[in-house]
Amino acid sequence: MKKIMFYPGCTLKGVAKNLEDSTIESARVLGYELMELPNWTCCGAVYGLAQDSVKFTIANVRNLIRAQEYSKEIGDNRLIAVCSMCYNNLKRAHIDVMKNRDKLKTLKLFMDEESEYEGHINVQHYLQFLKEFGFEKIKNYVKKPLKGLKVAPYYGCLLLRPREVAIDDVEDPHILENLLRVLGAEVVDYPLKNECCGSYHTVDKKEIVGERTYKLVSVAHDVGADVIATSCPLCFFNLDRRQEIAKAKHPRFENMPIVYFTQLMAIAFGKNSDDVLHFDRHYISPKEVLAPWL
Amino acid sequence: MKYTIKEDPHKNEDVQEIMAISGQNIFSCFQCGRCSSSCPMAEFMDILPNQVFMLLQEGNVEPLMTAKTPWICAACFTCTVRCPVGLDLAAVMEAIREKQLRKNYDYVDPYKVEERDILPPIAMVSNFRKFTP
Repeated sequence: MKKIMFYPGCTLKGVAKNLEDSTIESARVLGYELMELPNWTCCGAVYGLAQDSVKFTIANVRNLIRAQEYSKEIGDNRLIAVCSMCYNNLKRAHIDVMKNRDKLKTLKLFMDEESEYEGHINVQHYLQFLKEFGFEKIKNYVKKPLKGLKVAPYYGCLLLRPREVAIDDVEDPHILENLLRVLGAEVVDYPLKNECCGSYHTVDKKEIVGERTYKLVSVAHDVGADVIATSCPLCFFNLDRRQEIAKAKHPRFENMPIVYFTQLMAIAFGKNSDDVLHFDRHYISPKEVLAPWL
Repeated sequence: MKYTIKEDPHKNEDVQEIMAISGQNIFSCFQCGRCSSSCPMAEFMDILPNQVFMLLQEGNVEPLMTAKTPWICAACFTCTVRCPVGLDLAAVMEAIREKQLRKNYDYVDPYKVEERDILPPIAMVSNFRKFTP
C-alpha cells in the first residue's frame, strides 16, 4: 500500500463523515493509504482577499510547513484535500506566498517553532490525484458499474475559481464527468455545474440559499438527473438541507438526493457498508435512488 | 442619466482606500456589464456589480456603505474570471466590507446564529470571517 498525505479539514470530522470515509475507502481500493497530516489546523474556509491581510494565510502556511516535514517521512510531496474549501485555501496560500515572498517574511514573525516553507508541497484535490492515477486504470477496480444512474456533476465555485487554482477549465470542466463515466454512470449535461450554491449565506440568509437550491435542483431535474454529485461539504449541505426551504416556498418543487462523488466511487468499487457511506448524514436519503447498486 | 462629477475621484480618499485594500484599479472598468449578467446573486442585490464600479469611478462611495450588495456577494469569483480587463471584483467587494468591519462592525452576531447543531463548521467559519471584524 502506497502512502500519501491527506488533509481532511474540520467538516469531514463531523457532519461530512460520509465524505471522509468514502474518500479513504476508495483510495484504499486503488492501493493508496491516505495518511492524515499530523497536527493539521483549520484552513479558514475562505481566503482573505484584502491585500494587507495575513491572518487568512498563516494557518494554511503552517499546514504547508507541517506537510513539508511529513512529506520527508512519507516520500511523496503531494498533499491531498477532498473538501473544495480546504483545497482552495491551501492552494491559494501556496501560490500567494510563492508569488509574494515578503508576505512569507511577515508570516514568519508570527511563527516561532516552524521551519522555513520551501514551497515544494504539491496541493492537489482528490480529483486531480485520481486523474493523475489514471481514469482508465480506475476502470479495472469497478465491480458494480453504476449503469443507468443519471448523475448531474456539480463543481460549485472553489474547485474552479479563481483561475490560478482551477482543477480544470473554469467555464466548461470535464474532470468529474470523466470520472463518473469510468464508474459506469450516465452523466447528464448540467448547465449550472459551476454556479454558486449561495455558500456561507446559509448561516444568516438561508432564504437566498433556498432560492439557489431551488434553481440548481430544479434544473438538474429538468435535464433528467437522479442525483447531484459534488465534492464540497458546504455545497452538499446547501443543496441537501436547503431543499426544505425550497419545498416550502415552491410547492411543486421535487426533492433530489445529493451525494459526494466519493460515495459513488465507493459504491462502484463494491464498498457499500453503512460505515463507509453514512447515508444517515443526508437530509434527502439517496438510498432509494441508489438501491439497484447497493 | 445626467450627472456632474464634483471632485476628482482619483483623489477621493475612500476610493483610494478601497483600491489599496483590494489591490485593484477600479478605473480600468469600462462598464461592459459582464459581471452583473454573470452574477448568481444579482437578483438579491440593490446595486449591481457594474454599478458599484460606476459609483466608485464617480467618487460616490457613500451609497456603497449602506448598500446590501457587498454583503450579498458570496465571493464565488464568477465575475472575477469573466472580467475582460482582469479586475478581481470579489476583492473590491471585500474591500468595501473591510472598510466597515475595520471599524469593529459586526454584520453578523455569532451569538445569534441559529441551527448551530446542523451547520457544517466551514459554513460558520467562512461566514464569520467575511462578516465579523
